[in-house]
Amino acid sequence: MRFLLVEDNASLAKAILDRLRLDGHVVDHAPDVQSAEDFAATTDYDLILLDIMLPDGDGRTFLKQHRDRQIETPVIVLTARSEVSDRVGVLDLGADDYITKPFDFSELEARCRAVLRRRGGGSSNERRFGNLCFDPMAGTLSIGDQTISLRNKELRLLEVFLSAPDRIFSKAKLVDRLFSYEEDVSENAIEVYVGRLRKHLVGSGVEIATVRGLGYRMSLQ
Amino acid sequence: MTRRAHVSGSIRRRLLLQLLGSAALLAAILFVTVLGFVRDVAEESHDSILFASATSIMDSVAVNAGEVSVDLPYAALSMLGNVSDDRVFYRVSRAGEVLTGYSDLPAGEATVRAGQPVFETLDYKGETIRMVTSSRRLSLNGAPTDIEVSVAQTQNGQAAILARLSRSALYLGIGFFVLSSALAIWSAQSSVRPLKSLAQAVSRRGPKDLRPVSRPVPSEMAPLVSSLNTFIDRLGVSLTRSEDFIAEAAHRVRTPLATVRTQAEITLRRVEKEENRGSLREMIRAIDETSRASGQLLDHAMVSFRTDSLERADIDLAELARELVERLRPVADLKDIDLHFDSSGTPRMSGDAILIQNAVRNILDNAIKYSPPERQVHIRVAGDGAQARVSIEDEAGGFGTTDTHALTERFVRGENTQGVVGSGLGLTIAREVAEAHGGTLTIETSKSGAGACVTLCFPSH
Repeated sequence: MRFLLVEDNASLAKAILDRLRLDGHVVDHAPDVQSAEDFAATTDYDLILLDIMLPDGDGRTFLKQHRDRQIETPVIVLTARSEVSDRVGVLDLGADDYITKPFDFSELEARCRAVLRRRGGGSSNERRFGNLCFDPMAGTLSIGDQTISLRNKELRLLEVFLSAPDRIFSKAKLVDRLFSYEEDVSENAIEVYVGRLRKHLVGSGVEIATVRGLGYRMSLQ
Repeated sequence: MTRRAHVSGSIRRRLLLQLLGSAALLAAILFVTVLGFVRDVAEESHDSILFASATSIMDSVAVNAGEVSVDLPYAALSMLGNVSDDRVFYRVSRAGEVLTGYSDLPAGEATVRAGQPVFETLDYKGETIRMVTSSRRLSLNGAPTDIEVSVAQTQNGQAAILARLSRSALYLGIGFFVLSSALAIWSAQSSVRPLKSLAQAVSRRGPKDLRPVSRPVPSEMAPLVSSLNTFIDRLGVSLTRSEDFIAEAAHRVRTPLATVRTQAEITLRRVEKEENRGSLREMIRAIDETSRASGQLLDHAMVSFRTDSLERADIDLAELARELVERLRPVADLKDIDLHFDSSGTPRMSGDAILIQNAVRNILDNAIKYSPPERQVHIRVAGDGAQARVSIEDEAGGFGTTDTHALTERFVRGENTQGVVGSGLGLTIAREVAEAHGGTLTIETSKSGAGACVTLCFPSH
């Protein structure tokens, strides 16, 4: 996906860029309202991540102009404020959602997915591997003419495997990707989700192999 | 929080007392003056009748054949009878020798000169009498001789008249006092009215109304109003400044936290060593805890501030809860928790939407946070015209044996919270919001026994 990140704090911006690129997204970074407008005017983005406090103005000003110009790109506001005071303002000005700093990237991803699903976009991001066709936005997996709805953890697990086919992922890594840091889970919990995903993948020509002592690997049969 | 003003006296009462005091004093002066005047007039007219009577007796004194003769005219005494039924005494004497009349009538103390009558008040036979004595010089056998005529009358009738007149004077005084009092009350009230209407205008304002006072006021109140406006101005500036400060503070704290958290997540993706991964996870949890606590402290401060001066609007609790459920669905999805929303009746109420939202969000947040993955959370909204209710039932195992009332105390957490980031402020905020709206927060074990059911209940009006 193509993101525009509007954030004035250089180190946070770099961290978010690195983090989003790690998941294979394309991200442009605008440090202020002016350059954000320039970026938004010249490139089509799937989603804009907008900070509120910017050096040359308020992110809400950008939001308002953005909506006034009838640009439909969804916007998720990154706010550092208390939820009580800020919530109403940004949603009223046409933000699709907001997330409070510091945020969990899986929550950000979930919100992006929800926003894009609401906007009815997404099929452009379909991924194909073997016989399976995966739509991460809709959370569906199609094998031939059969479509299955995936639960969130299954979906994310599949996303992880598809991001690097034939690579071995350790259980520990998968736990990190699948569970929030708030949850105390044993690595064996992963086995449940791998098991479910395997069932869904029957007949797709794709398999998840257990590599003894190392983890799991997804590859074509 | 509203501090009552330290009241010392009342302008209206003070003004009223001063005006009433003045009215009473003036009425007393009026009474005394009128009474004195009336007494003088009555005495003067009585005196002149007495004098006329004496003169007429004097006129009847004649010298006949070398003898002084008195032919007492009837009219001389009857004219006195016209005034009252008082007894009349008279005496005609010549050079100390009584010619006719009451010889024991006391003689006046003053010396009487011809043509200058003397009026005196004396005691006679145990009664007070008013007596006039006039004298005339006659020529008797070629020698001058002084004839003295005294006419006296008891004063009972006079006293009755005076009593009547003083009663009238008293009525006049009382009437004056009553009328002045009415005027005093009116004027005290009308002079305090602008003050009262200003006070009403200021106290009727909503908590967010920080416009300057612009209604016309009397010139005496202008300095007060202009200081009030300066105050309002300063309050506005300081509120904006503190809101900006909170936002700025949050920004300053949370932005670096976000950086650290993101970097930690990236690093976690890269490192392989189990102990490093453990530390990174701990780090991320600590960051989450910090940010959650700071967020809830700010929320709590905001909630306290807003509950102090509650801003009420009509709220559809179902709509509000539905919006929140949609907002939190992505978070619930991460744990494959299903949120079931259900509303019935007309759950309308009046209150501060931002506060209610915060209360419901805190409860829903808890339900999601403490639920194991793939459980159900039910959000039920109901209303029956008298009450609006939202209850959130989870399958998170309930609060165990922790006192459910203690859970709503600050920083108290349930028994099932091990290993979950939290501050213990969520239920406190929810309870405070409920109570500020005259509602309640109840915590019970869900019917299935699998979790807790937290209910917020608000009166509809």
